[in-house]
Amino acid sequence: MRREIPIAITFIVGVVFALAYFIPHRPFGAFEAQFGDWFGIIGAFAIWLGALNLMKISFIKVFRKRPDFPFALIIIISFLVMVFFGFYEGYKGLFATPQFSYRDPGTGFDWMYKWVYSALSATMFALLAFFVASASYRAFRARNLEATLLLVAAFFVMLGRVPVGDLLTDWILPTGYTMSSWADWIMSVPNTAGQRAIMIGIALGLVSTSLRIILGLERTYLGGD
Amino acid sequence: MIKRLTFLCLVGVAILAFWITPAQVTAQESAPGDTAAAAPTYDSAFIAAHTPQPPFNIVAKDAPNDAGGAINLTWDLSPDDYKSGEVKEYIILRGTSASGQFDTLGNATQGVSSFTDNQAEPGEKFYYKVAALNYEKVDYKYLWYADGESVVVGPVSSSAQWFNKGRFWVFISILFVCAAIIYFILGAKSGKTFYIRKIAGIDEVENAVGRATEMGKTIYYVPGINDMDDVQTLASMSILGRVSVIAAQNDTRIDVPVSRSLVMVTAREIVKEAYSKVGRPDSFQDEQVRYLTDDQFGYAAAIDGLFVREKPATVFLIGAFFAESLIMAETGNSIGAIQIAGTAMPAQLPFFVAACDYTLIGEELFAASAYLSREPKLLGSLKGQDMGKALFLIAIVVGIILQIFGVDFWRLFVVR
Repeated sequence: MRREIPIAITFIVGVVFALAYFIPHRPFGAFEAQFGDWFGIIGAFAIWLGALNLMKISFIKVFRKRPDFPFALIIIISFLVMVFFGFYEGYKGLFATPQFSYRDPGTGFDWMYKWVYSALSATMFALLAFFVASASYRAFRARNLEATLLLVAAFFVMLGRVPVGDLLTDWILPTGYTMSSWADWIMSVPNTAGQRAIMIGIALGLVSTSLRIILGLERTYLGGD
Repeated sequence: MIKRLTFLCLVGVAILAFWITPAQVTAQESAPGDTAAAAPTYDSAFIAAHTPQPPFNIVAKDAPNDAGGAINLTWDLSPDDYKSGEVKEYIILRGTSASGQFDTLGNATQGVSSFTDNQAEPGEKFYYKVAALNYEKVDYKYLWYADGESVVVGPVSSSAQWFNKGRFWVFISILFVCAAIIYFILGAKSGKTFYIRKIAGIDEVENAVGRATEMGKTIYYVPGINDMDDVQTLASMSILGRVSVIAAQNDTRIDVPVSRSLVMVTAREIVKEAYSKVGRPDSFQDEQVRYLTDDQFGYAAAIDGLFVREKPATVFLIGAFFAESLIMAETGNSIGAIQIAGTAMPAQLPFFVAACDYTLIGEELFAASAYLSREPKLLGSLKGQDMGKALFLIAIVVGIILQIFGVDFWRLFVVR
């Protein structure tokens, strides 16, 4: 029964979802939103599993003084401080006049969100620029024919995307053949063709995988074969 | 030289300003009537002169392919729209009888000739009219207001449809692909063997795990940042099952840091089962599958930290990834790990190709589990998938040929 029940649920939900895509009439049309709500509710409860797991592993690291335990300590402190401010200010806001939320501007929670969390997230995102540079350097080395083609295409696209590209070429090339036109052509013809080929493959893969899961042929995600 | 030119320009501007301002003042002074007398009076003659002609050809129809509750309205623009600027907006009015009261339902800006009533109770009959509006407002208050109302149309009622006709060709295509997949699965069940092309990234899985075993290091399996409701995550979980078995057979530790609680629960069950399957249930530790954070960049930072500190020999990045893909893949590359990535996010594929040793591109991600299992039933589904691809290929080639000869029928047929 440990296998049969999940497979039966998967089959029913999968078939209903597939039908709902083509049948807008009630009750099918409403199923998608309803199942989405159910998933959200289950996910909301499950977040505690994740949070408790994070705390458990971090506490174990600290108590056993594992090599990277200071990082675990930072996790514990950050987590508890945020949770404390969230609950404390949420509670305080309920009985204040006028009422306020823990997320309102001026609260300690908001201060940490804005000046610690957002700043750290932005820093991580900003690192992407440097990673793009190092990855591009490796990808664009002209080691073989494909890499050389990539290099040439990248040369045109990168120069065509900035004003200096047209500035360099518009005095020598006729209108419509300047660097930006080359870049546009590369992006809208060969690039789009490649992307569409991948998208068609993905769509077919999705159908095939979904069918395998709905029919119960693919069971690895339940644990074991 | 530049200073002189600037000075001359400034002098020129000053002279022009001096010359223009008195001239305008003179013109105002010499205009017939004073300022108070020039203020328009909004009498009936004024309103009549500024009343726009109403829109015409109003059509109200039940919105197609929906669950009911919507009526589409279209109209031809008032002749005064754009032409003389006499139409500021259109007001859509709705009533339950042709001669009864009409309430304002919504508005459309000038130049817009359609509106959807999303508040039409299915089965209930409604009447509509559209009014072209002209007015002048100061501080949100109307100085004057004139409207030209169209004729009443109706009654119209909305109803739910049992089949979305807009998706008819999608339905046919999916039916064909599903039929092909089931046909080949049944063929495989009856003992037929199929040729499946080699996929380098999947073939390399065993070598990658073997490398970690030889080096005595950990394998990291990152299943992306989407939850269990994403097919990519499901496909990733299936691959994790196969990879875990190989890792457990080699007695190599596999760590699965996840960003979703439900993924953690699923992944833990899968890895635990894999260890049990090969007879090493005691080797599995709960903390091998751990939750880090739901936050995208927090997750990327945590993974980077783990990579740099623990220097795994092998990294699998398989699932749904977004902007964090390159951050993780480049860090993995910098520590010298062999990396196998796979995603169906077209925007992230170039990053993985640039930073990883092997990349499962789109459909290969979905084929990986079947390919690794070598089970005839699952391989049969891949063959069916190939048939679907052949169908699309034929459609594309026929479309190109017909377009070359100027026949537009095929494009319209497919697009529809």
